[in-house]
Amino acid sequence: MQSLTNRAKPVDRRPMNFMERMYLPAVLKGMSITFSHMFKKAPTVRYPDETRPFSPVFRGLHVLNRDEEGRERCTACGLCAVACPAEAITMEAAERKQGEENLYREEKYAAKYEINMLRCIFCGLCEEACPKDAIYLSETFAPSNFARKGFIYGKKDLLIPDPKTEAADLAKAKGTN
Amino acid sequence: MAEGAPLFKVTIDNITVEVPAGTTILNAARKIGGDVAPPAMCYYSKLQGSGGKCRTCLVEVSKGSEKDPRPMPKLVASCRTTVMDGMEVKNITSPKVLDARAGVVEFLLLNHPLDCPICDQAGECHLQDLSYEHGKAGTRYEFQRRTFHKHDLGEYIQLHMTRCILCYRCVFTADQLTAKREHGVLDRGDHAQIATFIEKNLQNDFIGNVIDVCPVGALTDKTFRFKNRVWFTKPVDAHRDCPKCSGEVQLWMRGDEVFRITARKDEWGEIKDTTQGKPGWICNECRFEKKQVSDWVIEGPSKVNRQSVISANHYVGVQKPGETFENVMDGRQPRLFMDIHSVSEVNKPEIQLSLIEGPAHSDDFEVNNKD
Repeated sequence: MQSLTNRAKPVDRRPMNFMERMYLPAVLKGMSITFSHMFKKAPTVRYPDETRPFSPVFRGLHVLNRDEEGRERCTACGLCAVACPAEAITMEAAERKQGEENLYREEKYAAKYEINMLRCIFCGLCEEACPKDAIYLSETFAPSNFARKGFIYGKKDLLIPDPKTEAADLAKAKGTN
Repeated sequence: MAEGAPLFKVTIDNITVEVPAGTTILNAARKIGGDVAPPAMCYYSKLQGSGGKCRTCLVEVSKGSEKDPRPMPKLVASCRTTVMDGMEVKNITSPKVLDARAGVVEFLLLNHPLDCPICDQAGECHLQDLSYEHGKAGTRYEFQRRTFHKHDLGEYIQLHMTRCILCYRCVFTADQLTAKREHGVLDRGDHAQIATFIEKNLQNDFIGNVIDVCPVGALTDKTFRFKNRVWFTKPVDAHRDCPKCSGEVQLWMRGDEVFRITARKDEWGEIKDTTQGKPGWICNECRFEKKQVSDWVIEGPSKVNRQSVISANHYVGVQKPGETFENVMDGRQPRLFMDIHSVSEVNKPEIQLSLIEGPAHSDDFEVNNKD
């Protein structure tokens, strides 16, 4: 049969010679590889204390964005939910009342917005579908939890802090303070 | 058409069809169907006098008739031009038509706000389909779009004048279906607007049909406003005994909630004929008041075009696999780690969005937070 890669080697079935039967040179050879690693830079990081930088295209936990005036950008158009291949996103819309103009950017807004992080596959299609720049995948992981109900993220878990009233929280969340 | 009327042979995009004299090019093309039929934003076959306003159905007549084979000098509106014997029409085979249509779409979109994410018509909007299929991606318009004073049309119908393309379909509907027309097009040119002059509720019976005929989101159902997106609801054919209308409707349901009721539509987006053969206009009571499943006899899911967003995530003919756990584990029930309904804030059983009059507001949700 023709080999695919030309890298196949026939097995050497000759009887071992004296040096090979001593085993010690082979042991030393192996241990030298092991100990040489002590003098190399460790590839791991001590995770909770140290973190690796994320790639700029990393797709992590979702955030719901606000505009510069702190109004919610989401208008509950449902495009993220229809784009979602895992059907993780659900929402309920409401009409903005008089006096709520400082809370919501558009006439319609998401009164309830929910992402089931157990279903989410972090593909980022919701981010791509969003016509209002409202949903983004941030550079964080979804934190672990002992109970499944902790993975149903509502609006209060997803919305970013208000840049006007909670500027310090926002800076902390962004890591710029 | 009377018996024995002569049949005219007309060739549209190299497909020949025989139609009775007096048929418009548009209707002849619809007889062929498919891509050959020009799009129409203002023409509505069930409304007399409609058509000739939007210019999206422009076609090129490359041969006038057998007797006079000269081509027509300009593109003609196919909804208003009747066929002649031996006429040859070019629709999608004519680059001139496609170019003109792209221009018409650009004009229609000049003042149209791009608020599709908010608009309830999104997903079943003819202007969306038209601009997607025939328009260009960009706009060259650099000025402010026109705006209007908000005009309240009562508890049933929501008017968004900025979205209107002035097709006059709703005016014809009110004239031909209701006892008295109470709205019309006021002012001229850029200021032309659908209004009632003195602010007035539209409450005539059958006035709800203006929602169905509106090709854009200018007239939408206030009882459905912002409740759900059309592609999350499932269209279901249903009927009831109605003394006023045929009672044959389409329910837009989610779970057991009836979110919206519309008349049934055919492939051209127009009201379908009922089983009795009359146009299936429905009355206000059927459309706005009967939001319970128990009011209706459900016939089955409506057929939705595969290409439509409304068919997205609707699984047809799914066979749910049987539960094996109980058989294997000697009748023991599987342990649920989480019941999504006990955690989720969305689709709370105690809050029936479909039964709220008009759009939901923040207090509708707050009331339910307390109890």
